[in-house]
Parts: sequence; C-alpha cells; structure tokens
Amino acid sequence: MITGNIDQAQGDLWITTFGAKSFEDGGILLTPRERHQALATQGVANVIPLVVAFAEWRKPGGGSSRVVVVGADAEDGGLAPWNLVQGTWEDIKAPEGIGIDRTYFSELGIGGMGATAQIAQGRVRVRALTDGVRSFTQSPYAFTTLNRARSLLGVEGERATFYLVQTEPGANPELIRDELRQRLESAEVLTKAEFRDRSLKQWLFRTGAGIALIGGALLGILVGTVIVAQTLYSSTKDHLNEFATLRALGSSSGYIHKVILTQAGLSAVFGYLLGMAIAILIVAASQGSALPIVMTPALAFGLFVLTLFMCAISALSAIVKVTKIDPATVFSR
Amino acid sequence: MKAGVQKMAAEPVLEAKDVVKELGQGAAKVVALKGVSLSLIPGELTLLMGPSGSGKTTLLSILGCILSSTSGSVEIRGVPITGLSPEELAEVRRKNLGFIFQSYNLFPTLSALENVRIALDVRGETGYPAAARAEEVLRDVGLSNRMRNYPGNLSGGEQQRVAVARAIVTSPAIVLADEPTAALDSENGHAVMALLSRIAKEQNRSVLAVTHDPRTLSYADRVIKIEDGLIVGEDRRPPGIDGPHITDLTKRRKAHA
Ligand SMILES: Nc1ncnc2c1ncn2[C@@H]1O[C@H](COP(=O)(O)OP(=O)(O)OP(=O)(O)O)[C@@H](O)[C@H]1O
Ligand SMILES: [Mg+2]
Repeated sequence: MITGNIDQAQGDLWITTFGAKSFEDGGILLTPRERHQALATQGVANVIPLVVAFAEWRKPGGGSSRVVVVGADAEDGGLAPWNLVQGTWEDIKAPEGIGIDRTYFSELGIGGMGATAQIAQGRVRVRALTDGVRSFTQSPYAFTTLNRARSLLGVEGERATFYLVQTEPGANPELIRDELRQRLESAEVLTKAEFRDRSLKQWLFRTGAGIALIGGALLGILVGTVIVAQTLYSSTKDHLNEFATLRALGSSSGYIHKVILTQAGLSAVFGYLLGMAIAILIVAASQGSALPIVMTPALAFGLFVLTLFMCAISALSAIVKVTKIDPATVFSR
Repeated sequence: MKAGVQKMAAEPVLEAKDVVKELGQGAAKVVALKGVSLSLIPGELTLLMGPSGSGKTTLLSILGCILSSTSGSVEIRGVPITGLSPEELAEVRRKNLGFIFQSYNLFPTLSALENVRIALDVRGETGYPAAARAEEVLRDVGLSNRMRNYPGNLSGGEQQRVAVARAIVTSPAIVLADEPTAALDSENGHAVMALLSRIAKEQNRSVLAVTHDPRTLSYADRVIKIEDGLIVGEDRRPPGIDGPHITDLTKRRKAHA
C-alpha cells in the first residue's frame, strides 16, 4: 500500500529530482531536456512523464483538505488508476475528470460519482472510482491525465515529477541506469526496486507516522513481555512451596525450568490464539475503511514466533526466583 | 545393644559422622546439631524422637541431602556427599531418597495418580510403564479407588498415603519422614505407621521417621532419642519379637547410662 503507485507503474527505471524520498515527494522539476537525453540513451525504449504533487482540495460544501494529484496518460503505458470499479479511463479523460478511491468520500466532503470540487486552480468532477487504492499519507490520490494535472497545479511548460523509463527487451536495466546517471547531471536515476525501497524506508523510519507505528509495536512488545513476566512471576511465587517440593523430590533445575517454560509456552499459545482472533476481526472490519489492515500468513507466523520469544523472555524472572528457593523450606511448613 | 548385633552386620545405606550444623547468623546463631553420628541399615524402621527444637528436622534435612552440614560427613551408599553442588545433591536425592512430610506437600492441581507419577517424571520415566508403576504402588497403599481424586477430595490419611506412594514409587533405598502422623487422627496415624513398617520390612528399605507421637513407638525397630542437638539414647527391638516392645524410652535410657 505504501508503494502502491511504484508497484503498479510499468517501468524499469525512475528518473527523479535529486533526493526525491518517495512517490509523493518528487517536486515538479524535471524538464523535457532530461527526457530527451534519456530517450537518446541506448537500450531505452520509452520515457513516460508523470506529474505527482500534493494540492489543496476544496470541498463542495466548504472547507478543504489535501489530495495527491497523480497525472499520467494511460496511453503511454506507464501508470493508470487500477482497480477501477466505476467509470473508465475514458471517463477520466472527459472534461474535468478525475478518479478517486471510493473510501474517501467523507474525507473529501463529497457524495460520490459525479461530485464536483476544486483542486488548486481548477474545477474537477469525480468520473471514476477505484477500490482499495489507499494512500499511506492522510491525502487520497486523485488520478487524472498528465495535462490536466499540469493545468490544475499550474505547472510551467512540460515539466514532470518523474520520468518512467522502459528499457528495450533484453537490455540490462542496471547498466542503463548507470549510463543515465552519467548523462543526467541534474536528476537521479533509480531502479524500480531501489525507489520502492527508498519510499518504504522514508515512510517507516523518517516520518512521524512510521516512527509512531514502530514505536507502538515496540511498546506493545515491551508491555506484553512485562505483563506475561509479572503473571508468570506471581504465579511462580504463589507456588514456591510446590517448586521446593519438586526440588526436594530431586528434580534437576532443568526440569523446573521446563515446567516454567511450558507454562510460558501455554500462555504464548493461548495469548496468540486470542490475539489472532481479535486481529482477524479487526482486519475484517477494516477492509472497507481508509486504512485497511493486512494480515499475511507470513506475518501471522512471525507474530507467533515473536509471541513465543516474548513469553520465553518473560519466564526469566520466574526462573531466577525459583533458582533461589531453598529446598529446606519443605520441612518448615 | 547386644540384641541388635545381627542387624548391625548389614551394610549401612547411610552413615553420618560428627555432624555439626550451625543455623542463623551473628547473634541469632544457633548450633542445631552438635556432633551427631548415626547409620541406617536396610529393613529397619527407625524413629527419631526428641523435644521441640532439639534438631530433628535439621538432622533429617542433612541426611536427606537438602541441607549441608557445617562440619562432619554424610555418606550415602558409600558415597560422601560433602562438597557436592546443589545439582549433584538433587541427583543423590533422585537416586536414593524418598520424602514424606508432615503436611503431605502434594500438588493440589494434580490427581493422586499424577502426584505419584511426578516423582517418576522428575527421573525422566514417563509413558505407560510409569503410569502402571504408579497405579501399582497406589493400589499397594490401599488407594485403588482414589487414583483420580485430587488432594482436596482426599482425607488426611489418604493424602499421606498418596505421599507415601510418591516417596516409594522410585524404589529409594532410604525413606525419610518428618512427623508423618502429626496431622492425622489415631486410626490414620496407625495406618501410616503400619505402612512405613511394612515398607521397611517387605521392600528392605531403610525408613527414618521423626516423631513426637508415642503411638508410633510400637512400630519401631529402633528408636533414637535426640536432645539439644545431641543423640542421647538409642533402643532397638530384639529380633524375633513382634508387637509393641519399646514403650518407655526414658527408663531404658537411664538403664543404658
Ligand atoms: N533457619 C534457621 N535459622 C536459625 N535457627 C534455626 C533455623 N531453623 C531452625 N533453627 C533452630 O535450630 C534448632 C533446631 O531446629 P529443628 O527445626 O531441627 O528442631 P525440631 O527438633 O525439628 O523441632 P520441632 O519438633 O519443633 O519440629 C531450633 O533451636 C531452631 O530454633
Ligand atoms: Mg521439626
């Protein structure tokens, strides 16, 4: 979702302005000069301009919010709105036409298909709806043609945010990237994978949203571990006499650790099943919303391993406590 | 002591020499045992009697490899236990010793059968043979129809018999019991003592029981009297005589002295 547009775009290389950190962060600074230089490079089949920029959205009923205008001509074969559920690309091409995702009606203050609003300098009309095309930022994507995007945003001449480079069949994109880097002194050239990676890192590690997300996850791990540790510790403390009896019966400390770890493991399994049940409900409930939650089998497995690991760590305090018991207490009760 | 000569000839399974134990620290320091020597041989039920605070429990803990002595030596089946690590002591307990406690110390969340099985589980014996062995021993102590009961649903006498089963299921050479009848009424007290006596005789184990309880005297093959951390007397039932014999220890002690 974070890199939806990069994933969808048909191109091997991305030409961006220097330091563009993500799809939404390109500026509109590339000129036709770079496009021609790229086109003149051997192995390059096609160079498709994209215009992407944040813009003010004025709601029909007053007030405003922000959208990310994505201007590209589907005919170029580079990027087109995907998962269209109402309207077509031809509809978007009609006067004032844009396509937005159907989960954003309330954020955008509109009723649905056919609604009109204003983006930056001009009027737009919702002529197509996508499904599940969400933005990691607060701002929905508004898809339109390249030229309408330029005119809405007031772009001078034929400037673009990105050039999407399609290489000739059999060409080595990385060699072409290196060649383009030599030629284009004022722009940066990245493979699709590199750009994707950079966007992901940008959102996850450099923005407040990503840091809040990671911080929340770490806090969850910490709090979870502490709670399980406390539970295990107090249940162990309540049963110290029984552990002393076990010790008196000759059990090795390994056996006692096994008992505690088994409890930790059971907590992990039950806790995981409960957590997963809740998570699945939340995932299901979030599907129609602007921020759908995704749960893949790999993620579910990873979480299970993490839960087991957390519970094993939690068992440490209980184990330390039990290691200190004096089996002589068995007689003094 | 002439009467005991024949039995003394048997190889001792446990030998303690000059055991001294200091407990507590600084001003609160107590010398609980002041040089105790004794040996246990198979096939005998020995009672350890003495007033409160005389060091009975302390001695039992040291003989049971649960507490280490301040000085002196303890050998179990010829192997000295002095200087062993807690893990090694646990292994000695696992291999040679069974314990019975005044308050039974059963695991309340386990059934009678599981309480007995756990002693085998601790030794890595699991599965069907372990279960069958635990059932056999429970049947032997007269609990064949109580195996699935939890300790909370058993009488004190039944609980102590489960504890006896747990102590002997691993066939230890030595069974140590601290006040096994103190929490039981007369009838159950007698039943448990009879059981301990039978275990000593039939299974040729060495059973040492700490007790205050004069009712237990009639089951003893031998009585050791301890006072203030020192053994002050010992009496032994002559071989071939059944039934109550050792009755008034104090008189006998005077006679010995
Ligand atoms: N942890 C300890 N710290 C200090 N002193 C102790 C400790 N445990 C026991 N003692 C003291 O050691 C002495 C022997 O205690 P022990 O428990 O062996 O006596 P006992 O013969 O078993 O008594 P009772 O018949 O009351 O059970 C007592 O004076 C007791 O107060
Ligand atoms: Mg005592």
